[in-house]
Amino acid sequence: MSGLKDLKKVFGGNTSNARQFGMIATLVVAIVIFQGLTGGLTLDPTNLIALVSQYSYILILAIGMVMVIVAGHIDLSVGSVAAFSGILVATSMSSWNFPWPLAIAFGLVVGVVIGAWQGFWVAYVGVPAFIVTLAGMLLFRGANQFVGNADTLPVPEGFTVIGAGYLPEFGPNTGYNNATLLLGLLLAVVVVVREFRLRRVQRSTGSEMAPLWVSVVKLVVMVGVIGYAATLFGGGRVGTSFPVSGIILGVLVLVYGFVTQNTIFGRHIYAVGGNSHAAELSGVKAKRINFFVMMNMSVLASLAGMIYVARAGASGPQDGLNWELDAIASVFIGGAAVAGGIGTVTGSIVGGFVIAVLNNGLQLMGVGSDKVQMIKGLVLLLAVAVDVYNKSQGRPSITGFLTRGLRRDKDGVAAPATGALASNQSGVAAGAESTTPAVQPNGDLSDVQRPKSATPN
Amino acid sequence: MPAVAVDSPVILEMRSITKEFPGVKALDDVSMQVRAGEVHAICGENGAGKSTLMKVLSGVYPFGSYTGDIVYQGDVMRFRDIRSSESQGIVIIHQELALIPELSITENIFLGNEPTKFGGAIDWRAAKTRAVDLLARVGLADDPDTAIKNLGVGKQQLVEIAKALNKNVKLLILDEPTAALNETDSQHLLDLIRGLKGRGISSIMISHKLNEIEAIADSITIIRDGKTIETLDVQADGVNEDRIIRGMVGRNLASRFPDRTPKIGEVFFEVKDWWVRHPQTAERFVCKGSNISVRRGEIVGLAGLMGAGRTELAMSIFGRSYGQFVSGEIVKDGRSIQIKNVSDAIDNGLAYVSEDRKVLGLNLLDDIKRSTVAAKLSKISKASVVNTYEEHSIAEEYRKSLRVKTPTVDEGVAKLSGGNQQKVVLAKWMFTDPDLLILDEPTRGIDVGAKFEIYNIINQLAAQGKGVIVISSELPELLGLSDRIYTIFEGTVTNEIDASEADAETLMRTMTSKKRENAA
Repeated sequence: MSGLKDLKKVFGGNTSNARQFGMIATLVVAIVIFQGLTGGLTLDPTNLIALVSQYSYILILAIGMVMVIVAGHIDLSVGSVAAFSGILVATSMSSWNFPWPLAIAFGLVVGVVIGAWQGFWVAYVGVPAFIVTLAGMLLFRGANQFVGNADTLPVPEGFTVIGAGYLPEFGPNTGYNNATLLLGLLLAVVVVVREFRLRRVQRSTGSEMAPLWVSVVKLVVMVGVIGYAATLFGGGRVGTSFPVSGIILGVLVLVYGFVTQNTIFGRHIYAVGGNSHAAELSGVKAKRINFFVMMNMSVLASLAGMIYVARAGASGPQDGLNWELDAIASVFIGGAAVAGGIGTVTGSIVGGFVIAVLNNGLQLMGVGSDKVQMIKGLVLLLAVAVDVYNKSQGRPSITGFLTRGLRRDKDGVAAPATGALASNQSGVAAGAESTTPAVQPNGDLSDVQRPKSATPN
Repeated sequence: MPAVAVDSPVILEMRSITKEFPGVKALDDVSMQVRAGEVHAICGENGAGKSTLMKVLSGVYPFGSYTGDIVYQGDVMRFRDIRSSESQGIVIIHQELALIPELSITENIFLGNEPTKFGGAIDWRAAKTRAVDLLARVGLADDPDTAIKNLGVGKQQLVEIAKALNKNVKLLILDEPTAALNETDSQHLLDLIRGLKGRGISSIMISHKLNEIEAIADSITIIRDGKTIETLDVQADGVNEDRIIRGMVGRNLASRFPDRTPKIGEVFFEVKDWWVRHPQTAERFVCKGSNISVRRGEIVGLAGLMGAGRTELAMSIFGRSYGQFVSGEIVKDGRSIQIKNVSDAIDNGLAYVSEDRKVLGLNLLDDIKRSTVAAKLSKISKASVVNTYEEHSIAEEYRKSLRVKTPTVDEGVAKLSGGNQQKVVLAKWMFTDPDLLILDEPTRGIDVGAKFEIYNIINQLAAQGKGVIVISSELPELLGLSDRIYTIFEGTVTNEIDASEADAETLMRTMTSKKRENAA
């Protein structure tokens, strides 16, 4: 049994990474299935490069969206905000002759201003985010068409780098893009160094540590995947390689992943979303958190809008249409809870890639967009339904591995049955009391139960 | 009220009930008998299996998911769900009331059971007439059109009972019916249960308030670790609280309060002339010029009926987290301090453990380690980055020192029992290094054994020279724990008394009248 346990540690063992394993497995299965169905087209370098560049902006939105949803809100305006920022940035370059780096900075400032506007209504006036951003959806869509006369406005060459650019070619002819190989090598080194630093810290603090062979197997698998990906991305048509937008996405995932999990601000987002009353009574400034979360979303929406405009070479009135739906779907497929308090950046990114692979694979197979939409809708419904069902049964779920703070997950995906057992061993509580805390913190209920709001007898 | 004759017929018999969850036997061969027209109490520590047993009885756990027989009025019952047990006249009223706040009394009473006219439309006139009748039977004079949210918890409890009466209840199950009620409302409710008994309605009551059980129950079944320990006849066996406790914990608790030699220093914390308005109705004051002080190493009790303004006073001191602050001064260590929000309060060494840990105290989605450090993340952070290793080791320390029953600190707090959740909340506030802790109902809904441990922790905090304010609805607890007690009535501090000179009656007197104000 201990050997089996050690084996599980290859996939993250007792660390929080274990929860992401189920989701990643889903993604791998999706890739394998489509690789078979499309006769190898899915993992073709050209397709893979296009996939990253085509979905990077949706995934960037998913990063902001998961924070919004964890805090207990929603943002429907992201597509319109992206479009509005896009047209302003395009106008700034064509009419006001902004050089493109300044235009990008300008676009981010536009995001800050729009975000502050929406954050103000949500956090300080208390209008539900659903309404504020529904209004924003109309407002900024209209503003896009007002500024751009409902017309398409091209952007200069230099600007297109952030959306359509690739890593440069240099050095000896290896048959691959050297920059991409170098990036892969760098990533592999970072992964190896981190694993050994983790082991060192674990040894010095005396916490439980996986045997060495587990770390080695884990690293071999990860380095293998990174190496394979590097040769794929580096082996496309000459002139193409890993997209710049993919690098922007990668950096954002690392930064936001760290911010949400390891900083005070990140902890406070989860606290507000999990139980805002308790958070406020623990000294969390909930209004400020809500404000910044909404503002951050609009800044990322602006960035996504600019990347899209750069990729398309022009800003148009239909940019960003329905993006909010893909972003929200990614977050929920990635294991976030509708009531807030649960969800991770990595989970949402993996969820986003599931959607991307699904979309892409179906398109490669020549399935029409009508059917693609229907299938996407059903996948979203099923993914969340399985999650909800498993949670209500007190069992670990595919997406449940992404959620935080549930001990049963530590038994790993390989043994869901023992996981359920462990969860119930914690006492009658597991059976007798609620197994779905996600919906418990309920404002109305608390008002009734708290004496102060009740009429004195 | 005459005692129920021992030979009155058995209305309910539960025979060898065993209920297993994967990996744990929640009930193991539990048997009990309830006689017609008696009040039967079920006592046991948290997690002993009381609620599970009642869920088996009411059909929440359907026939087939347990072994053993439920014999009710001579027949073996096979309930599929709550509806099927209700159709037999078995009605359960849960600790957390199942009323809909926005709907009226009438609408709530008839929810799911609406009288209809020809064609299926709801006959509101009939419903209302019947509601008036039912309300009269439970002694509630309010207009049946009143929305539930406008009723106090005590009256809501009565509406629940009216709802049960409407279902022709023969056996009423009450789970902690008085947990959220003040003394007056509790008394009223107990009287009502006695009245129902007179009309032949049997009750099964689960309660942690042993004095109430002693006062009202005819017989008591004690459950420990999922097993029936004994059944006591209150009259014949001469049962008192100590006797019940012995059965519940399986040992004699020498004292319900740990010994303590107070070492009280000088006054270090004062609240002066504190005025606070109600958050919604501005013309109402919830604190009217309150003055309180706390000495180092002292445990100060705040006594008052529910709605008197104890929680309101505490929360308004704690960073103005309740009501609209009007005026007043807080002096700490001889210096006037400004506390405008909760983080100011924490920075100034204040801690507030709320009365409702699930709603106000904890993020139930979080795990133990994150909850432990949640109120002062800055203490283990550098440049706003949380040190997760330190987090783990700190949580581990508190787990050991407070004896939180959990395999690891990675466990979600939602999985813990009430007593252990409360320990995590205490750990969370101890971690902030407070000088003054305000504990609002620190032992509510916690079993006897865990209460004793919480008292120990409170005493230790005082021994470290911290000031502690305890708010409690249980007067014996206040008397047993405090050095000095303030009584509060309608937002006014009406008395200040040394705990050694106080008894429940003197406290109750100033909790229910404006003695001081009249004198002044």
